[in-house]
Amino acid sequence: MSILTPAMQAAVGHDGESRTAIIERGAIERFAAAIGDDNPAYPDVAPPTFLRSVGLAIPTLPDSESVPRVLDGGSEWTYGEPVRPGDAITIVTQMETLIEREGRMGSMLIATYVTRYTNQRGELAASQRNTLIRMPAA
Amino acid sequence: MSTQPYLDDAAVGTELPALVKEPTTRQLVMYAGASGDFYEIHYDKDFAAEQGLPGVILHGALKSAYLGQLVTDWVRAEGRLLSLSVRYREMDVPGDVLTCKGTVVERDEDAGSVRCDIWIENGAGVRTTTGEAVVALPSR
Repeated sequence: MSILTPAMQAAVGHDGESRTAIIERGAIERFAAAIGDDNPAYPDVAPPTFLRSVGLAIPTLPDSESVPRVLDGGSEWTYGEPVRPGDAITIVTQMETLIEREGRMGSMLIATYVTRYTNQRGELAASQRNTLIRMPAA
Repeated sequence: MSTQPYLDDAAVGTELPALVKEPTTRQLVMYAGASGDFYEIHYDKDFAAEQGLPGVILHGALKSAYLGQLVTDWVRAEGRLLSLSVRYREMDVPGDVLTCKGTVVERDEDAGSVRCDIWIENGAGVRTTTGEAVVALPSR
């Protein structure tokens, strides 16, 4: 039996609700400390993966209660303008693809999401493609 | 301490200076707080066990951050990271010694950039995490 429902399939290609986050200097400092990176450029500019901290704006996945276990499969970043304290970053995430696969841990759903991070001047700061793996309960 | 690399220096086969990380559970909690990823598999041992995991595991995104640092440490102030792609192949656990490594695999003289294979090896020498970075480097 497929774990990929028609309602899930219908969500492909849709954006989640966009959000805007204000980038705080202290948040960049805490992020750099958490990854153990003492680059003197921080916190005047953010580390490459700092935008993880503002999160994604993922559209709700219908029937997701049937696949509660989630693993992060990977991330691809493309960079534009640097992210600096005081920036207002708008986050838009779209579910790009959703497939079912048999893996070593059983049936799983593999979803890819594309997120665009745009600053207050309308410039693209970064885009990120995420792969999320969702599985039924253990 | 390394010096600023230039495009001329970054021939195919050039190795990036390795970056060693020894993440602790404390570091995972700091990363959870700083990133806002509070999924319990990264700090609650009992929860992780119920999910069929060997114990708490590193956030994949923390490993991406390590590889980001590998590359930004190498390119220094005058270089620029253009893209960073990371795949999480195996789980990593706190207490292990992780070594981030990279090699230049392609140089584009016209674009002024190089492409690098990048990866993380765990204490047993297994490449748990692999990826690719493209960086712009200054010319002399």
